[in-house]
Amino acid sequence: MLDKQYIGHVFKPIKVPVELGRLKFFAKSIGENNPIYFDVDAAQKAGYRSVIAPPTFTMVIDSEYESESMPEFDLMGIDIGRILHANQSFEYFLPICAGDEIFATRRIKNITEKKAGTLEFVEIDSEYHNQEGELVATSLMTFVYRN
Amino acid sequence: MTDVKEGDLIPEMTFPPISRHTLALYCGASGDHNPVHVDIDFAKQYGLDDVIAHGMLSMAYLGRMLTSWRPQSSLRKFSARFAGMVQVGEIISCHGMVSKIYSGANEEKLAELSIFAKTNDERDVIVGEAIISL
Repeated sequence: MLDKQYIGHVFKPIKVPVELGRLKFFAKSIGENNPIYFDVDAAQKAGYRSVIAPPTFTMVIDSEYESESMPEFDLMGIDIGRILHANQSFEYFLPICAGDEIFATRRIKNITEKKAGTLEFVEIDSEYHNQEGELVATSLMTFVYRN
Repeated sequence: MTDVKEGDLIPEMTFPPISRHTLALYCGASGDHNPVHVDIDFAKQYGLDDVIAHGMLSMAYLGRMLTSWRPQSSLRKFSARFAGMVQVGEIISCHGMVSKIYSGANEEKLAELSIFAKTNDERDVIVGEAIISL
């Protein structure tokens, strides 16, 4: 069973440079063929400062926390082979572009049990601000832990 | 853009079969290094027959459908419930429909989209929704 004392835990924020190469590699990995996601000229012609991050890219920013996988797994001693991603949602306010620096904050929002504790649902919420201090996106992730 | 109506279908997208190479690329590019997606020995230790695809890869495919249809700057919300695992060799297709048109804060005209991703054998992989500004 996961320790409910971790509900409300806030992780040390991270500052992540959004590198052009990282965006291009991510675009390639999802088969993206719209050049605004990998070609600076095309992105600028479309009115963006540079290549833009696709809608699910904040998860890539999350991979920069100092941990083996995800910081809550280390914190709570979670065995990565027993988790499943259950739900994911994002809200968007401003684009994230190559050259931005994103400041990410992350919190364990809730831990709940189902099926007499054999399954536990962990909710993680995150906020992402850019180098101007503007809120660019939020995310809510839920994963299931099989006890 | 105001030519969007309730009941409109979003042009669907079908992706190449999920290969081990697809998963290796996504593992590296996304920073999601969970071995269950790339290491068959690890997957078997946890009772699976083979590696499974990243749920976020299918969500990224849904994102591609959305941003191919409307500019990403119009996307306000995007959510997914992961309904089923994706195996190597399966083909993911993405679909969606405009479920509601309404006014948000500051009279912004919004469209709620119901979206889903499924495999070639008609299994739901993601059931989700998105909200775009019109």
